[in-house]
Amino acid sequence: MSLIAITEVKKRFGDNEVLKGISVDIAPGEVVAIIGKSGSGKSTLLRCINGLETIDEGSIVVAGAQFLPDEVHLKALRLKVGMIFQQFNLFPHLTAGGNVMLSQMVVKKTPKKDAEAVARKMLDRVGLAHKFDALPDELSGGQQQRVAIARALAMQPIALLCDEITSALDPELVAEVLAVVKELAAEGMTLVMVTHEMRFARDVCSRVVFMHQGRVHEIGAPEDVFANPRTPELRQFLGVQ
Amino acid sequence: MTEFSFWDILRNLLLAARWTVVLSLVSFIGGGIVGAALLFLRIGGRRWARLLSRGYIQLFQGTPLLMQLFLAFFGIGLFGIDVPAWLAACVALILWTAAFLAEIWRGCVESIAKGQWEASASLGMGYLQQMRYVILPQALKVAVPPTVGFSVQVVKGTALTSIIGFVELSKAGSIVTNATFQPFTVYGLVALIYFALCWPLSKSSQLLERKLDVAHRNH
Repeated sequence: MSLIAITEVKKRFGDNEVLKGISVDIAPGEVVAIIGKSGSGKSTLLRCINGLETIDEGSIVVAGAQFLPDEVHLKALRLKVGMIFQQFNLFPHLTAGGNVMLSQMVVKKTPKKDAEAVARKMLDRVGLAHKFDALPDELSGGQQQRVAIARALAMQPIALLCDEITSALDPELVAEVLAVVKELAAEGMTLVMVTHEMRFARDVCSRVVFMHQGRVHEIGAPEDVFANPRTPELRQFLGVQ
Repeated sequence: MTEFSFWDILRNLLLAARWTVVLSLVSFIGGGIVGAALLFLRIGGRRWARLLSRGYIQLFQGTPLLMQLFLAFFGIGLFGIDVPAWLAACVALILWTAAFLAEIWRGCVESIAKGQWEASASLGMGYLQQMRYVILPQALKVAVPPTVGFSVQVVKGTALTSIIGFVELSKAGSIVTNATFQPFTVYGLVALIYFALCWPLSKSSQLLERKLDVAHRNH
């Protein structure tokens, strides 16, 4: 039984069809990397899974909950999948702890004391327990992204979507964020990540999806995809001849 | 013929200036409340609400305040209701202020990065929760300097209500002039009183802008 079932999904922006019938099934505990050139539709696919974009055709089912574009269904879907963004998108007016507490209190109506306990636990999990009272402006990019991960984890999602989460970071900060993701993967969290970190995809992911021009071009275990690219597009993308 | 001392003139003008202050406060607070309602219709909600709010804002921004005052004063009278000047002045100024504040605040809300909406949506928040806990707290900070700055326009706008016969600072100026035949002294004082009301507002708008550091804040 797959956790995330994406079936024949099509998405258009005006006349431009960015997803041309995508089907991927993701099992619980899988770590899936989506790779491809910019404009291949990989970020759009991720945003569709979280309902940030509506789909024109096909279906997306997450743990039995169908994606439908109304507030009740969207909320149910979003409680199951968390999302981490390239630009972190922390709430700048709240402290790190406040960021992690807010949605628990507002969406789940968790009492403040419990929300704070969860927030401390989650910040500790990403190695930032000591930054509970720091404002986002006072944190490095890598720390901000780790707070964003803690914020998503606090909602206890069954899967996390990561949209190029290290692309906006200085090179020396990438490792600390990837270390957190790696740990999550080891703990059995289902992860779907759009990434340009090929080495990370090879080492950590259980499957790699190569997207090209709105289609899934190749899909398979990282050792196959990276060692034996079957199509010229993937060979070109990986820079091997 | 009675002689008027400088003090007589100033005293009468200052007494009338109270009404300018009261009218400004009423317009600003009332306009703020109506403006907030317009803002919510304008940026969220349904299509008809957005259109309605947009139409309202364009109508009130696209016609002179003086015409709005005339329409409030004479228009409501057509329904057989006797409108006192103060009521017409309050109504027209509140509606006028609301249109401008709604538009200023819309700009502030839209200046908040799209990622804030997406992040809060991805955490499961609904529209009102996003507004209440994520967008407005940030937008309010951006909104303070231009809002205080606009209050200067409201104070000066109250001068027009003299034309429908509401006795505030400007109207008092012409009444006193007619009695004293010293237009330069009188209107000079009127201008100074307006300046004394408006300058602190402009100045505080500038200071707030620097203090809240709106331009340099990164999201």
